[in-house]
Amino acid sequence: METKTTDLAPLGAGRTSHPKREALEENLQYLTFNLAGESYGIDILRVQEIRGWVPVTKVPNAPAFVRGVMNLRGAIVPVVDLRLRFGLESVEYTKITVVIVVTVRSEPHGDRIIGMVVDGVSDVLNINNAADIKDAPDFGTAVHTEFISGLVAIDSGMVMLLDVDRLLSVEEMFALEGLRGTESRNIVAHAS
Amino acid sequence: MAIDIGQFVQTFFEESLEGLDVMEAGLLALQPGAADLEQINTIFRAAHSIKGGSGTFGFREVTGFTHVMETLLDQMRNGRLEVTSEAVNTLLESVDCLREMLVTLREHAQIDEERVEALRGQLEQLIAPPATDTAPPGSPEPAAIPTSPPSASGALGWRIAFHPHADLMHSGNDPVRIFRELSTLGALTVQPDSRQLPTLAELNPEDCYLSWALELRSSAPREEVAEIFAWVEDECDLCIEALTAPEPPVSAAAPKPLPPPPKSPETPIAEGQVLVERPQENERRRVERRTPLVAADSSSIRVSIDKVDAVINLVGELITTQSMLSALGVDFQMSRLDKLHEALDQLDRNTRDLQEHVMRIRMLPVSSVFNRFPRIVHDVSEKLGKQVELRINGEQTEIDKTVIEKIGDPLVHLVRNSLDHGLEPPDERIRLGKPETGNILLNAYHKSGSIFIEVSDDGRGLDRQALLRKGLDSGLLKPGEDYSDEQVYDLIFHPGLSTAKQISDVSGRGVGMDVVRRNIQDVGGNIQVASQWGRGAKITICLPLTLAILDGQLVTIGEDCYIIPLLSIIESVQPRREMINRMAGKSEVLRFRGQHLPIVRLYELFGAKGAVTDLEKGLLVVVEADGRQVGLFVDDLLGQQQVSIKSLEKNFRRVPGVAGATILGDGRVGLILDISGLVRINNNAVL
Repeated sequence: METKTTDLAPLGAGRTSHPKREALEENLQYLTFNLAGESYGIDILRVQEIRGWVPVTKVPNAPAFVRGVMNLRGAIVPVVDLRLRFGLESVEYTKITVVIVVTVRSEPHGDRIIGMVVDGVSDVLNINNAADIKDAPDFGTAVHTEFISGLVAIDSGMVMLLDVDRLLSVEEMFALEGLRGTESRNIVAHAS
Repeated sequence: MAIDIGQFVQTFFEESLEGLDVMEAGLLALQPGAADLEQINTIFRAAHSIKGGSGTFGFREVTGFTHVMETLLDQMRNGRLEVTSEAVNTLLESVDCLREMLVTLREHAQIDEERVEALRGQLEQLIAPPATDTAPPGSPEPAAIPTSPPSASGALGWRIAFHPHADLMHSGNDPVRIFRELSTLGALTVQPDSRQLPTLAELNPEDCYLSWALELRSSAPREEVAEIFAWVEDECDLCIEALTAPEPPVSAAAPKPLPPPPKSPETPIAEGQVLVERPQENERRRVERRTPLVAADSSSIRVSIDKVDAVINLVGELITTQSMLSALGVDFQMSRLDKLHEALDQLDRNTRDLQEHVMRIRMLPVSSVFNRFPRIVHDVSEKLGKQVELRINGEQTEIDKTVIEKIGDPLVHLVRNSLDHGLEPPDERIRLGKPETGNILLNAYHKSGSIFIEVSDDGRGLDRQALLRKGLDSGLLKPGEDYSDEQVYDLIFHPGLSTAKQISDVSGRGVGMDVVRRNIQDVGGNIQVASQWGRGAKITICLPLTLAILDGQLVTIGEDCYIIPLLSIIESVQPRREMINRMAGKSEVLRFRGQHLPIVRLYELFGAKGAVTDLEKGLLVVVEADGRQVGLFVDDLLGQQQVSIKSLEKNFRRVPGVAGATILGDGRVGLILDISGLVRINNNAVL
């Protein structure tokens, strides 16, 4: 391992030193953002764009964390509030509330484009050494660790790396809502 | 030079399948006993192209099979073989078989060789025994296809004089390929003749100036040699003679000679004329073949150049308008407001025109669906022993491609129903004083923004009494009540209800009509039945012009804006207290024009906040789907707007009660209500 720097490593150096982890050759980059005082990171290659919050159109009978759908240059894109997705308390959206538009892979369906509302975008994190990514410890049932693919220590603390494919899987979102399904059916019955 | 042949293979399959459609149509038009040269030639040409193409790509099975068909057709053309219905049927079967072969080959699967062999045997039996010199004197060339074993007579091989026309290479043919092929048969000597070669200054590099004298030492039969030239036979002068046995040279010996001059100008007569007429012929064929392709392959669409040109023109106009507007925008003054309005009007017109023309690209004539019916009617009526005349009207009516793909099977079902249940056998028809031959009419036309397709017959019609009985037996209808004809006829769309006394393999199991209706509804259409007992039945399908755009009524529910398809709206009412009844304490119904319509409170269904909850303060939009009406309760009506339908499922999932989404004028997303879905939800909830 000739690369000792953790940042700004010359691309060529990483290319030969990590034959096992091919992804590392490209110098892993994560977009970090804030959510309820914590730092999270997502693979930057999944990020399509970052937009300011604009009011969305509600989708009937969707889980509460699906705020609605927005118009992304003619495509209809669902918007998920990440605070609500994590079961945190929602906050009033402000000027710095942003929507990170990401590509989510799901097997039978193909790629989806989904927006996620976060408190604010902070930085791009470069990781040159796979060993810097630690496995997420078991927090017990209090925290949704199944979405966390790893932890990275940085100067100001810790970044939780998120697995967007799990986190924003539409199938899983509705499976989670399975219990509530009966409720919405009740609404249907009542309406008529 | 490495050419990826794969891309051409696909084209070959597409064109061959089109060719088969042409053959099928031609065969169906052939009258037994009367050899219609024009028709036979069309069929022959299609078969010949398939044969040539399959040879090039090395599909030997196809080449061999088509060759036998070709021989048969050639004999029909020469009048040596009569056009019998038996021959036509065998040929039709062969067309089916070929189609299967092509599809299997395309999927790299194994061909059902037994079937091919069996059919081939049938075809060969039909072929008249070779009679080389008894060809009618009127025929310019001896029909020299049948075998002439050269090796037996001790021939050493063949001397071939090959004089390509200058434009041989324009059609993508390459003499070298031919020579290479020839050399696989035996030792080949090639003598080029470069006397025609012009000076370099005059030389057109795309023309062929050379001719060749070839000597092939091989025991291969003549056909095999001629076969190699099959692809270029219209574009060269070819002379193949045996090396030893001095056989009279066959002039312009295309192995499958083109027909003697018929009256029609469209049939190639001699080499020189072929070249002149080819473009025209190709054009004609393109027109008649354009559509069936789409039925076979859903991923591509062939658009006539006129439509594309129209779009390009409109884009040109749009650019003009745009530059006009940007010129206005620089240093705008209120005094030029008129100009601005004018330009905006123009923009409006341009976009509307453009939209219309772009949509037209997706539109295909309904003939692509109708084209398959002559065959179906031919086959089924033969099987049932009925005499049927099929008439087709309005096949040029254009419908959206997606709709076309969806209505094919339902229409087949309807026509089969008419054939099987509707039309009576000839003896019964005579007894009833009807003409022996039954009629089926397929009719398509535009009316008020929709497409109508009718399937009508002059057979028995629907048996109202029998249906009524069935309905009562199955509990779908209640005894003692008066039902309108429509309500009774509607029963045929109910799963599991068939009045057919006998189940045949054509139809009659009572499955199907519900599927037909479901398919039609899936594309936003509806289906209606009219009938007169003993006189016939008419089934009318009403379809939207396009699936991509609809006229919508914007409504508000709380803070949200939804779109109701305008076509499904009957009317909107402001309900008064006395119009609303409660059934069993919970279901609300609206008394409206003598009917009781269930009320659907959309805000409850959708969980909308801040909506009007007092029925008297809002509006009820009466909508109809699947023949049922419901009143949708909304806060208010906004404007009407044409909206383009976007998929909600692509990035999200299906939402019950919502058919899709669209972008509204302010850039926000609006959801389009799924009316038949809402009616179904409501129905299930009540049940």
